[in-house]
Amino acid sequence: MVSRVARNVAISRFWWVLCIASLVGALLVLLSLFGFVFVRGIAAIRPDIFVTVTQGIAGGLANAIAGTLLLVTLAVALVVPVGIGAAVWVTQFAPERLRIVVRLSIDVLFGVPSIVVGYFLYVALVETAGWGFSLVAGSLALAIIMLPYVYRAADLAFSAVPRDLVEASVALGARPLTTFMRVAFPWALPGTLTGLLIGVGIALGETAPLIYTAGWSNYMPTLAPTHSPVGYLTYVVWTFINEPFKQSHQLAYAAAFLLMVAIFVTNFVARAAVEYWASRTRTHS
Amino acid sequence: MLVFLLWYTWPAIRYNGLSILNDITWNIGNQYGTGSTVHNGVAAEPGAEFGGLVFLVGTLLSALLAMVFAVPLALGVALTIVYRLPERMRLPINALIELMAGIPSVVYGLWGTIVLVPWVGNHVAPFITHHFGFVPFLGGDAGSGNGLFAAAIVLAIMVMPIMVATVRDVLVAQPKSFYEASMALGSTSWQAVTHAVLPSVRTGIVGAILVAFGRALGETMAVLMVAGNAINILPHNIFSPINTIAAVVVSQLESAVSDASGVAQRSLAELALVLFVISLMVNTFARVAIRGQDRSH
Repeated sequence: MVSRVARNVAISRFWWVLCIASLVGALLVLLSLFGFVFVRGIAAIRPDIFVTVTQGIAGGLANAIAGTLLLVTLAVALVVPVGIGAAVWVTQFAPERLRIVVRLSIDVLFGVPSIVVGYFLYVALVETAGWGFSLVAGSLALAIIMLPYVYRAADLAFSAVPRDLVEASVALGARPLTTFMRVAFPWALPGTLTGLLIGVGIALGETAPLIYTAGWSNYMPTLAPTHSPVGYLTYVVWTFINEPFKQSHQLAYAAAFLLMVAIFVTNFVARAAVEYWASRTRTHS
Repeated sequence: MLVFLLWYTWPAIRYNGLSILNDITWNIGNQYGTGSTVHNGVAAEPGAEFGGLVFLVGTLLSALLAMVFAVPLALGVALTIVYRLPERMRLPINALIELMAGIPSVVYGLWGTIVLVPWVGNHVAPFITHHFGFVPFLGGDAGSGNGLFAAAIVLAIMVMPIMVATVRDVLVAQPKSFYEASMALGSTSWQAVTHAVLPSVRTGIVGAILVAFGRALGETMAVLMVAGNAINILPHNIFSPINTIAAVVVSQLESAVSDASGVAQRSLAELALVLFVISLMVNTFARVAIRGQDRSH
């Protein structure tokens, strides 16, 4: 007769095997994804795709690479003053009630699907304001998507500034601005930058909000803020894979590969920054 | 944003009435005909109808089916990470999970199109319809691979990292004494987890599921690429082509712009608004659940 203990142990083992199998399964899926993108992507990378623009369904990716970089750069320029500024103001100066309101609206923004942001800006800027598909509309869409990530990281970083340091600075007779610039700001900088990098990683991979705001262009992006559509890498992945031509598939794989590399690099830097930040916090306490 | 969208869609809301939620036909009307169809004082092209039921059903079904796949897997992964992995393997595995969360939606869509869809279409779907066809919604036409099943799998893979990370954090935040006390009473490790640990973090897990559900509802590109772009037809089994609100907003824009009356564009905005409201509700519930969990310890 099998004892109850033996049975329970067997049941326990059975479920744990299933749990471990699910981890292995998840890793296999990840492997399949990476393998797929890297093998096909590396095979599709040729030096000339960095210098030629897309021509219909073939050519290179120069316009898309430049467009992605331009859109993300402008989005960062838009989100840094708003997101970090708001976090600084909320954590250092704002009254309690406003703090709750701002944090709540950021939480709401986290839950808004990116396509809704894109369609909203399309209706408001591209159509109603008459900007047409444009750099500014696209960057604004990315900035709105990034905002909650950037804000939350900055809020956490500035909230974590140790009180005793601030009080010591005030006790030494420093003015509020000096205290902020010399004590709070350096302390919170790594955490804030980490959030910004995570936001950049997300902005690099966005497609849905750009389709409606940046449009698509076969030419190198002009620097015109409005009335000039901009190409970007994610668009190439999305549309070119459905074309029935080998060259366009090659471009889609190459674009996916470049995107993955760019995102991994930003995420890796962000992770390294977290580690650095953690080690610094430990030495303080 | 909500106010602006409401203002913009108002004519569409008046034109469509409730049919945006319970009608399956989406038709921008005869663009070359004369005259117009007028409902409630709003004129659109002749014969125009904007029924969003197909997209609403597709959105909810794909997200729900994704949860069916993702929840047990994510729980298994999170439990393994917290209770089974040796310390030095935890960091790399966590990094991999984080990496998975960073992969852009369109890359998942690319993988779905080239790897997953042919596999589903050629192997999984024929196998299941053949052997399990007697189960409701599993039988019938196996389809091409593009459809509800493929969309749900891609969604499940995409939301799993978020769910794993949230559940893992909830488990780690739980005092170790729950697990240890149960073990000390002579239970097996699985009993300790199911009887002592999981019940105490129930709300946190519900919150994690809701956050993931909200993501799945609003996901656009990957679903657009594998779901089969169904229009004017409801799915009849799990391999049927579907469409979601987010995907249809992308795929129908070009035809909507050509609608001279502009009602089609406004109707798409109305769909976007519906999606917005649904995800807002799901996220609010998620937040309440997670708050509840935080307060309990």
